[in-house]
Amino acid sequence: MLESAEASAKMRADKLSAWFGDKQALRSISLPLVERKVTAVIGPSGCGKSTFIRCLNRMHEVVAGARTAGDVLLDGKSVYGADVDPVRVRRRVGMVFQKPNPFPTMSVRDNVLAGLRLSGITPPDPDAFVEEVLGQAALWDEVKDALDRPGGALSGGQQQRLCIARCLALEPEVVLMDEPCSSLDPVATAKIEELIHDLRERYTIVVVTHSMQQAARVSDYTAFFYLGELVEYDLADVIFTKPSDPRTEDYITGRFG
Amino acid sequence: MTQRALATPPRLPPQPPRSLRFAGMGKSGSADRTFGALGAGAAGALGLVLIGVAVSVARIAWPSIQASGFSFVTTSVWDPSRGVFGALAFVWGTILTSTVALILAVPIGLGVALFLTDLGPPHLRKPVSSLVELLAAIPSVVYGLWAALVLAPILRTTVQPALAKIGGPLFRGPNVGFGILCASLVLAIMLLPTIASVSRDVLRAVPAELREGALALGATPWDAVRLVVLPHARHGVFGAILLGVGRAVGETMAVAAVVGSRADISPSLFAPGYTMSSVIANEFPVASSELHIAALAEVGLLLFVITVAFNVAARILVARSNKSAAGAQA
Repeated sequence: MLESAEASAKMRADKLSAWFGDKQALRSISLPLVERKVTAVIGPSGCGKSTFIRCLNRMHEVVAGARTAGDVLLDGKSVYGADVDPVRVRRRVGMVFQKPNPFPTMSVRDNVLAGLRLSGITPPDPDAFVEEVLGQAALWDEVKDALDRPGGALSGGQQQRLCIARCLALEPEVVLMDEPCSSLDPVATAKIEELIHDLRERYTIVVVTHSMQQAARVSDYTAFFYLGELVEYDLADVIFTKPSDPRTEDYITGRFG
Repeated sequence: MTQRALATPPRLPPQPPRSLRFAGMGKSGSADRTFGALGAGAAGALGLVLIGVAVSVARIAWPSIQASGFSFVTTSVWDPSRGVFGALAFVWGTILTSTVALILAVPIGLGVALFLTDLGPPHLRKPVSSLVELLAAIPSVVYGLWAALVLAPILRTTVQPALAKIGGPLFRGPNVGFGILCASLVLAIMLLPTIASVSRDVLRAVPAELREGALALGATPWDAVRLVVLPHARHGVFGAILLGVGRAVGETMAVAAVVGSRADISPSLFAPGYTMSSVIANEFPVASSELHIAALAEVGLLLFVITVAFNVAARILVARSNKSAAGAQA
C-alpha cells in the first residue's frame, strides 16, 4: 500500500496493539504517518482511533491498567525503547485533546509559556514569543488584549486554539489532535480546520475525527479503523472516492457508524 | 408451546378502576411532602442543638464571664483555690501544640494524598488509602495511651536529648518526655488521616484532562502536580488543613494524657503545658466551686467558638474548590 508514504514516514506504527485491562482496543496496527502531511484517522466510536494516537506519544499508558505491544517509530527509532523517557517523547510529539483543556489557573500568556517553563526555558523575549505562537495558532488578533485573563475565560473555540498554541510553543515535530472540533460550533470548527491546513507546512499532523467531511477536507492521507483494526489506509482522495474495502465504503457512505 | 402461551394470555388480576389507578402517584406526592418535612425538621433540630449548646454553655459560664471579664483571656494565672481564673496559658498551649502538629502533619498528609492521587504506583493506592481511613478510626484515647506509654519514653531517652543539642528557645529545659512536644506529635499523628483523606478527595476532583494536558506537554507527574493539580486544588487543600486545625484544637483525650498539665506559658517544646480541651477534661470532674465550673465552661465556650469558626471556614473553602473544579470542567 503506498510505497511513497512508507518512504517519507515521520512516524510509523509497527504491529501496534493496545489493551485496557483485558479488553483489547487495538489489533496489530501498522501505519505510516507521512512527514508534513495531515493524516486523518476515521472510524465509528469505539474503533480505537483515539487509543491509537494516544499510543503515539505514550499517553495511553497514563491510564491505569493500560498497556501496549508492538512498536511506534519516530524518525526510525522506537519510542517504546527501554531507554526512552516518555516525557521526551511527549515534547517531540505534541497533543491536542477532544475537550479544550487550557490550564484554568494560568493566564493566556502563561498557558502559552507552560511547556517551555517545564523544560526550564524562558524565551529571550517572552512577549514576542507569545505573539508569534498565538499568531501561528491564528489566535493573536482575538486575544492580544486578553493575555492576562485566565485561559478558561476564552470561548470554546479560542480555548482550543490556545491549546494548539500551547502545544506549538514546544516546537513539536508531530502534532496529534484527538477530535479537536467535536465540542466546537461550526464557525470555530472552520477556523481550526483552516489552521490545520496551514500548520501542515511545518508539522506532521495526525487528526482523529468522527466527521468524514472533516477528514476529507483536511487530510492528505486517511486511515479507516474498525473494531480496533486498520481496515484501509490510502490517500484521502482514494479513500473518499474509490475505497477498496467494502466496510470503508459502507462507512463513508453512511451505511453504519 | 409458545403458540399456546400466546393464544391464552396469563390471567391478569382485575384492573382497578381508572380513578384508583393513579392513586399511588398522589400518595407518593404526599409521602414526598412528609419526608421533606421530616428532613427539614431534622435539619432544623440540628441547628437548634448547636445554638442550644452554645447558649447553655454560655449561661453556665456567665458567673465567670462577669467575674473575670477580659482578663480571662489576657492572664495566665489559673488558681481555683483562690478563685483566680486566667485562661491564656491554655490558649497558648492549644495554639502551640496545634501549630507544631500542623507543621509536621501538613507536609506528610499532603504527600500521602499526592501519592494516592498522582505520584504513587496505582496498585499501592488502594491499600494505602484504606490504611489512612483505618488510622482515622482509632479512638483518640488509644492514641493517648500509646503516647504516654511508648512515645513519651522514646522522647525522653532519645529524641529530646538529641534536640537539646540543637538548643535554642524551642528545645531547652527539663526533659521529662511529657510536654508540649509529646502532645504535638500525637496530635500530628491524629491529624494525618484527616488532612490526607480530605486532600485526596480534593485532588481527585481536579479534572483528569488537566493532568493529561500537562503530561502531554512533557510534564513529569511531579511537574503536573506542581503546575496544574496543586494550583487548581489550593482552596480545597487549605480547607483540609483548616479541618485539621479544627481537629487539633478540639482534640482532648490524647493530649490530656501527655501534655504535662501545667498552666505555664513557655516557648520551649519540652515544657509541660495545658490546652483548652485537656484542662476541661482533667478539672471538670474535680471542680467544686461554682466559679471554677463557670470558668471551665467559659474555656469550653472559647473552644466552641474557635472550632466552629475554623470548621465553617474550612467547609467554605473546600466547597469553593470543588465548585471551581466543576466550573473548569463545564
